[in-house]
Amino acid sequence: MNAASKEPFLIGRAMTGGYGKSGPDILHNCTIAVDPGEIAVIVGPNGAGKSTAMKALFGMLDLRQGAVHLDGVDITHLSPQERVVQGMGFVPQTHNIFTSMTVEENLEMGAFIRRDDFSDTMAQVYDLFPILKDKRHQAAGELSGGQRQQVAVGRALMTQPKVLMLDEPTAGVSPIVMDELFDRIIEVARTGLPVLMVEQNARQALAIADKGYVLVMGANAHTGTGKELLADPEVRQSFLGG
Amino acid sequence: MDILNAIVALSNFVLIPAIAYGSQLAIGALGVTLIYDILRFSNFAHGDTMAFGTMVTILFTWLFQSMGITLGPLPTALLALPLGIAATGLLVLGTDRMVYRFYRRQKAAPVVFVIVSIGVMFIMNGLVRFIIGPGDQRFADGARFIISARDFKAWSGLNEGLALKTSQAITVVVAVMVVAALFWFLNRTRTGKSMRAYSDNEDLALLSGINPERVVLVTWLIVAALATVAGVLYGLDKSFKPFTYFQLLLPIFASAIVGGLGSPLGAIAGGFVIAFSEVLVTYPLKKILGYLLPESLEPNGLVQLLSTDYKFAVSFVILVIVLLFRPTGLFRGKSV
Amino acid sequence: MSQFRTLGLFGLVAVLIIGTGILQSWNTALLILNMGLVSAVMALGVNLQWGFAGLFNVGVMGFVALGGLGVVLAAEPPVGEAWAAGGLRLILGLLIGAAVIIGAVYIWKSGMKRRVPLLLAELVIGFFLFRYVFDGGVEAVEAVNPALTGNLGGLGLPVLLAWPIGGLLAAGAAWAIGKTALGLRSDYLAIATLGIAEIVIAVMKNEDWLARGVKNVIGLPRPLPYEIDLQQSAGFVERAQALGLDPVTASTLYVKLGYAVLFAAVLIVLLVMAQMALKSPWGRMMRAIRDNEVAARAMGKNVTARHLQVFVLGSAICGIAGAMMTTLDGQLTPGTYQPLRFTFLIWVMVIVGGSGNNFGAVLGGMLIWFLWVQVEPFGRWLMEVVTMGMDEGSPMRTHLLESAAHMRLLSMGVILLLVLRFSPRGLIPEK
Repeated sequence: MNAASKEPFLIGRAMTGGYGKSGPDILHNCTIAVDPGEIAVIVGPNGAGKSTAMKALFGMLDLRQGAVHLDGVDITHLSPQERVVQGMGFVPQTHNIFTSMTVEENLEMGAFIRRDDFSDTMAQVYDLFPILKDKRHQAAGELSGGQRQQVAVGRALMTQPKVLMLDEPTAGVSPIVMDELFDRIIEVARTGLPVLMVEQNARQALAIADKGYVLVMGANAHTGTGKELLADPEVRQSFLGG
Repeated sequence: MDILNAIVALSNFVLIPAIAYGSQLAIGALGVTLIYDILRFSNFAHGDTMAFGTMVTILFTWLFQSMGITLGPLPTALLALPLGIAATGLLVLGTDRMVYRFYRRQKAAPVVFVIVSIGVMFIMNGLVRFIIGPGDQRFADGARFIISARDFKAWSGLNEGLALKTSQAITVVVAVMVVAALFWFLNRTRTGKSMRAYSDNEDLALLSGINPERVVLVTWLIVAALATVAGVLYGLDKSFKPFTYFQLLLPIFASAIVGGLGSPLGAIAGGFVIAFSEVLVTYPLKKILGYLLPESLEPNGLVQLLSTDYKFAVSFVILVIVLLFRPTGLFRGKSV
Repeated sequence: MSQFRTLGLFGLVAVLIIGTGILQSWNTALLILNMGLVSAVMALGVNLQWGFAGLFNVGVMGFVALGGLGVVLAAEPPVGEAWAAGGLRLILGLLIGAAVIIGAVYIWKSGMKRRVPLLLAELVIGFFLFRYVFDGGVEAVEAVNPALTGNLGGLGLPVLLAWPIGGLLAAGAAWAIGKTALGLRSDYLAIATLGIAEIVIAVMKNEDWLARGVKNVIGLPRPLPYEIDLQQSAGFVERAQALGLDPVTASTLYVKLGYAVLFAAVLIVLLVMAQMALKSPWGRMMRAIRDNEVAARAMGKNVTARHLQVFVLGSAICGIAGAMMTTLDGQLTPGTYQPLRFTFLIWVMVIVGGSGNNFGAVLGGMLIWFLWVQVEPFGRWLMEVVTMGMDEGSPMRTHLLESAAHMRLLSMGVILLLVLRFSPRGLIPEK
């Protein structure tokens, strides 16, 4: 094994760039990484470039500098669709389900690129989110906010991704639902799947994070385990309200 | 007896023609609604696409007839229909490749697509007139009636006759088959579901690995089939004339919009709403009322609410009323 | 630079028309010029709606036809007998119809309880009352000398006054349509206007009491002397001979030139007004609304009212053009109005010319009209060439030659698509 074995499973290294070829830079030398079995969380104040960092990892941004490696392979120049085929599962913040289609059809569409039998994967998703099994013939748009997020995560899991990326999965859901979603995400991570998520609810997210990235103005401000960051007085003062 | 006569007269002059016409409109409107769903624009060339498909079918019908191939009591056009669909499929795919794809890549605004479709409309219209001429063509052969008015009178002993034209029966049978096949395809097959997914949420569909160009291709092929079937059924039932087909655009769009643009179920419902209103409002109801009302109340006039030439007005008024009170149509359509 | 381009393009149109005069005949050239000027006015109207305000009106044909109807209603002499027979009853019927509609709107807006059954009852009773009064009037009017009139006639005004009246008629219809349909999304508005145009034509074809329906009104008054009178005037014949022309040719040219001068005057007046509007704060606001309706609304602009304004103005211009055209033809023939010719062709003119630019619209009107006319002889010539090798009596050859006329639609479509693809802002783009 060479140097790649020491490299994290998914890493965006020293990413600099913005939207479009000529748009202003939003990210500045920003590094984000995640390993199997881990939950990595990106937090930071509004406009810090959290979602942008995740989109950069997913190829929705033009990088001027830096590189993205997945499982030791350079994927910097792949399109988002190609990255899905390479094993990235991405759950957008909004518009992340097919509202007019049933829950089951949403999952089927998640597995669209697979030509093999995906009924096992679907059973796993239903095990993870039992409520979806009950509602599998209902239109996804009729579900509650938390259930819709479960559909969205389930859809992304259907490709059997090597890494799961969630853009603010708890935006707009109640605290109880948020806790439940986090429980499910921990469960997903326990299976060995690396999970990377952007979170607005920094305190709760860092509490379940193995690794945390605090971004400010598109650059890494603080990095550490979730516990370290929660304990860091500077982080507490500036982002967690003391 | 009078009530029976009234029912028979109503069926003969209103129900049967309206069901046949409604089925034709519904298939036409399904094509319009699918384009709107997937390609996200109102296709002004749809009437002329129907005309093209019908024209090719007619040409092959003539060829078969000259070779002595017929379907017996059924119209020969049914045999030529698949060829018409194939030719129309090639035409719309060619049009997409040469015209629409450029604007799709540019992510042009829907209104640009509409204007482009007006250009396509001119070309298809010219093409059809160039090949078959602007005149009226009748191409229905085989048995004209399944039940003729005279036979029905003899059998039932009623004053009123009930006629069922072969073309009307074929329209309904074919329409049911087409609609069933379409819904089976959209709801049960992987490709059909991917079309619905693309229509529902384009970005997420891309993320799921659905190939948009393939979705567009399949859509055009389905639309070509729907347009040709609708055109041939209409032509068998009435007659084929390029200008009439261009004018069908209005009731077809009215059907699609009334039902909810982008909703296949809505397109079907809209087709029947428009057809029934058109026939009811422009048919002289005197005969039917004459059976039902006592002599003293019998109407003097024809009780024709509007002259038949005002049928466009009917589509239009329903369209405006629905849009004013339920802007997304009867079945919730989508808006681009 | 852009000014040279504009001048060059207009120069090209001039060369084309003069070339037609030299190569074909001056009569044809003037015919093209006159209808080109009328087309330019129509294009100006559509450009006001689409280019300035982004309104997608595909009911141009309806407004053009209403302008033509205006000529009959304004300039034809009244038919006294018909008025005596049933004119008042007919008008009363129409008033009842209007009252029923206004009443229905009033009931609906009142917001009272149980308004729906009340509304339905009002509409049903109103409809039959309207039909009873109105039908009687129509019957009486249409019975009066049906071979010649059978209609109410007009106001007997000078025909030049009919042009603004045609515009007013179109404006009135546009106001009513705009009130109901302008709130709709662009493609819904398109279908709605398409439908209205068909309805206008249906009314004009069917309501014989109005303008004789498909029996047509011929021999409309005209603003210029008749050729036959000119040929009999000694002074005219003398002047014609002085120019070396025979009196018959001279008289047709004189009349056509007269129309050209009248039409050019109208076009110039409207063009100047449209230019002033474009550069005024009103025009800037229109374009601001077109480019970002949400932002304009947020800034407190009354978008709906502005849209209604520009819709009415644009339709009025189309109405004026329609009246001019009917005057030029000397007859009103509702059966000849076809959407491809009177709606979509005007759209081709605006898009090819350059939407948002008044000069572009005028250029598009003249140029596309020239092509529309000349594609036909060209198509025939092309087919002659193509079929040269074929057998004299071959059915293919006959078919191709007969079908040459349909090349028009084909070529208009190709021109539109080519311009949209390679010069999407038109020949003279908006500044």
